[in-house]
Amino acid sequence: MSTGGLVIAIPRGNLFAETLDLLDRLGASTKEIRENERKLVFEDEGILTVRPSDVPTYVEHGAADLGITGKDVLLEQSEREVYELFDLGYGHCRMIVAAPAAADPLGEPLRRRGIVRVATKYPRVAADHFASTGRQAEIVEVKGSVELAPVTGLCDAIVDLTATGRTLTENGLVEREAIAECTARLIANPVAHKLKAAEIDAFVARLRELK
Amino acid sequence: MIHPVPPGTRDVLPDEMRELRDLSTRLHAVFEGAGYGEVWTPAIEYEDVLRRGDESAAGAGFRLFDDRGHVLALRSDPTIPIARLVANRYAGVPASLRLCYFAHAYRSVERGSGQAREFLQGGIELIGIAGPPGDAEVIALVLGALSEAGLSRHRVGLGDGMLYRSLLAAADVPEDERRPLLESLWRRDLVRLEAQVDRLGLSPAARELLVTVPALRGGPEVLDRVDGSLAGAVENLRECHELLRERRVDDRVIFDLGLLRELSYYTGTIFEVYDPAVAFALGGGGRYDDLLGRFGEARPACGAGLDVQRVHLAQLAEESQASGGTA
Repeated sequence: MSTGGLVIAIPRGNLFAETLDLLDRLGASTKEIRENERKLVFEDEGILTVRPSDVPTYVEHGAADLGITGKDVLLEQSEREVYELFDLGYGHCRMIVAAPAAADPLGEPLRRRGIVRVATKYPRVAADHFASTGRQAEIVEVKGSVELAPVTGLCDAIVDLTATGRTLTENGLVEREAIAECTARLIANPVAHKLKAAEIDAFVARLRELK
Repeated sequence: MIHPVPPGTRDVLPDEMRELRDLSTRLHAVFEGAGYGEVWTPAIEYEDVLRRGDESAAGAGFRLFDDRGHVLALRSDPTIPIARLVANRYAGVPASLRLCYFAHAYRSVERGSGQAREFLQGGIELIGIAGPPGDAEVIALVLGALSEAGLSRHRVGLGDGMLYRSLLAAADVPEDERRPLLESLWRRDLVRLEAQVDRLGLSPAARELLVTVPALRGGPEVLDRVDGSLAGAVENLRECHELLRERRVDDRVIFDLGLLRELSYYTGTIFEVYDPAVAFALGGGGRYDDLLGRFGEARPACGAGLDVQRVHLAQLAEESQASGGTA
């Protein structure tokens, strides 16, 4: 078995293809996973496929020993009791503040209204960023198409992930501030990290060799 | 119409309560049998008392004012009130003291985390016995109590709360740089920790030590892999291991050199107890040689607490394992 007896939760989403490629290189058989879009649990391989934002939940509660998900997810769910063991390096993108191309899109509302309105899928990351820079912000949580929010006047700025910046440009937005660099990370359940130490260390060692 | 209870609290019905009561009784019998007399402290303490024991008042989340304007806090940790009790009631008593307790503690929890705000802790405090002999007595008693409760696969992760601080000091890391590193270790973010260590520009040997030591877990062989800068802590852990071997529980020990515990009063050996069926630690504890001195006479001490409801979960898993089900 490729995962050495460990159960690993992998993200269906943007990181899915590269995660499967990584598992291939580790010698896992991902054929069944690639062929079954609807099946979620692959017991023989020791793999669960879940939403990226659910990976920390499965790992924290011990349904999986290990998990792979984006740093953006981990930043937003910072209260999760999981180990962050390894930076897998792929899926690179950046968490940023973007706003329409205007003279002072963040400063102007702060001066005139005392508050800047920010739409985001990452309310905690956004709130922490504005609080830590001493600015009052009203965080508007949206579930998708964040870029739309400033265009429609819902907000002054957005906090979102960007890889190439193309979606921002297409919606007339300009990056204003960088918050964090995000890549795929390997996480572990704290109890499994102790009780299955040898297996987990062997898994991480193979990842380090591959990198 | 349903009348809600506050998030993080719950009602317990007879079937479960019977089992929880039975579990508490069994743990209590083991503690009393070893000479640990039960004490009771108030559920509300002056907030100052909790703050004297831990700068963040041990995570106290519920406060009120009394009729004189004093701030009271719901007990968030059982050990600090017992340190107060010992200072008040056992001043000048030179002999060692063995105390146990079963009490609810209350913490605030992060929004939506599903964690308990009210939880039942059962534990022991051993006061007046320094170093590995005290640590080993407490650890062996907790492991024995769990066996008595019917668990068979439990383990103790054993480390030293000052170990990483000693490493940072030995590597001459400037004082103001240490806190962020400890913070990363505390948050279990080993990726960030490695990046922070890399930025310090240390010698390759020092860098290697600061990155690899927190990830060392396993049998006594992991102690061989840390160098002289940790001699004191490593010597303590070896001695503790030897004493646990004499008590025939050493096969349950996993050394964990990256272990840190939440409360700030620990001064040396720390540990956590695990069962493979439960994804969270069942409990833990450690040595707190400075805590009693904050309330009165300075005396060495070590203690441990178990989350009774989590131990119950492990019991249920053990039962279903024994009856051939999946744990």
